[in-house]
Amino acid sequence: MNGVFDLGGTDGLGPVVVVDDEPVFRAEWEKPMFTMFPACFRAGYFGVDSFRHGMEKMDPAVYLKAPYYEHWLYSIENHAIAAGAIDPAELDRRTEYYLANPDAPLPEHEQSEELIEFVNAVVPAGATAIRETDKVARFRAGDVVTVTDVSPFGHTRRARYVRGKTGTVVAHHGSFIYPDTAGNGLGEDPEHVYTVKFAAEELWGAGYADPNSSVYFDVWDPYIEFAPEGSTTEGAE
Amino acid sequence: MSNGVPSQEEIAARVKALESMLIENGVMTTSMVDRIVDIYENEVGPQLGAKVVAKAWSDPEYRARLLDDATEACKELGISGLQGEDMRVLEDTDSVHHAIVCTLCSCYPWPVLGLPPNWYKEPQYRSRIVREPRKVLAEDFGYDVPESTEIRIWDSSSEMRYWVLPQRPAGTDGWTEDQLAELVTRDSMIGVGPVKEVSAS
Repeated sequence: MNGVFDLGGTDGLGPVVVVDDEPVFRAEWEKPMFTMFPACFRAGYFGVDSFRHGMEKMDPAVYLKAPYYEHWLYSIENHAIAAGAIDPAELDRRTEYYLANPDAPLPEHEQSEELIEFVNAVVPAGATAIRETDKVARFRAGDVVTVTDVSPFGHTRRARYVRGKTGTVVAHHGSFIYPDTAGNGLGEDPEHVYTVKFAAEELWGAGYADPNSSVYFDVWDPYIEFAPEGSTTEGAE
Repeated sequence: MSNGVPSQEEIAARVKALESMLIENGVMTTSMVDRIVDIYENEVGPQLGAKVVAKAWSDPEYRARLLDDATEACKELGISGLQGEDMRVLEDTDSVHHAIVCTLCSCYPWPVLGLPPNWYKEPQYRSRIVREPRKVLAEDFGYDVPESTEIRIWDSSSEMRYWVLPQRPAGTDGWTEDQLAELVTRDSMIGVGPVKEVSAS
């Protein structure tokens, strides 16, 4: 979707705010918020792609200004509600309660060895998105390709700044879960993934681009086509 | 909740409300939170990436394996996992400098760098580093990259996770891997800062 989250190349957002010696978690609420990602992933409320799409659907003004983990909160509560795991009216009621009583305790509960074992296993093992497919990789390193200039309404990883642009394939990584299906509840439907190198001038135009720079962007096979005969790109490897 | 950006108090209440319901669902517990926090505050951080860099600087065969398949080479040092299932290392040279970004969200190689700093996840860096990289590095990070050096920005749009192998600084001949690892900064592995200066001894 053409959302505000797709920030590459946007002007006017101001300087980078670099904070020295920033703690990993800046507030206590960020700790349970972060934990909800592996916890709700394990519970099956979402996959990584639909989790991202959940953040993309935020109010854009809030997206740009809110603390980072507010994005996670928005996505996770909506996925938990959609999964039927959380009653939204009850969530609102409890929010009012904890707003009025911020120090009120959480519900008493038994600790779970199984959940700790899950954490200890998943952190070092991860959850790879590599998937086998019978599809043949259409491209290989050195091919000159153009990103199709289309604007799907749902989740996609086709950043606007590379659409319609021509670059050179520099690597083929194998086949992975396809975000345009997985992020929209349509299954994993794996596709081959490549890195494409774009010269800065191709992206931003002569006179505006840093002449000695380039951007490498990963695309899934359906995102690209062979560029018209005779197309060349600068700085191909 | 009000329209617009919620306050810290509003977010904290909303998180606690959601947490209370997920606890009752059996999806999470307070000890799970404590365990996760301990991992990302004390166990998984940029000291792990620094160890990999120091080994690559010291051992040419390891460096070759790291550049060939970073995921497997990191596993040799017991480094792997969530949000770094498939990694590739970008080697800086005299003529090429790399930096990483995730313009679409906040993708970052957790197993080697830990969780990203906030500026990496915020709109300012994500919007500008692909468009005016040399200027952002110079003006926002105080890191000057000469115009003769090509800058390559890697935008993590897929599940591949990229990070930078900075150049080994001069004056470190004969240093141990532990000494070298001390020089490697988080920012040098993102590509927005140098490794630490080698003090003349």
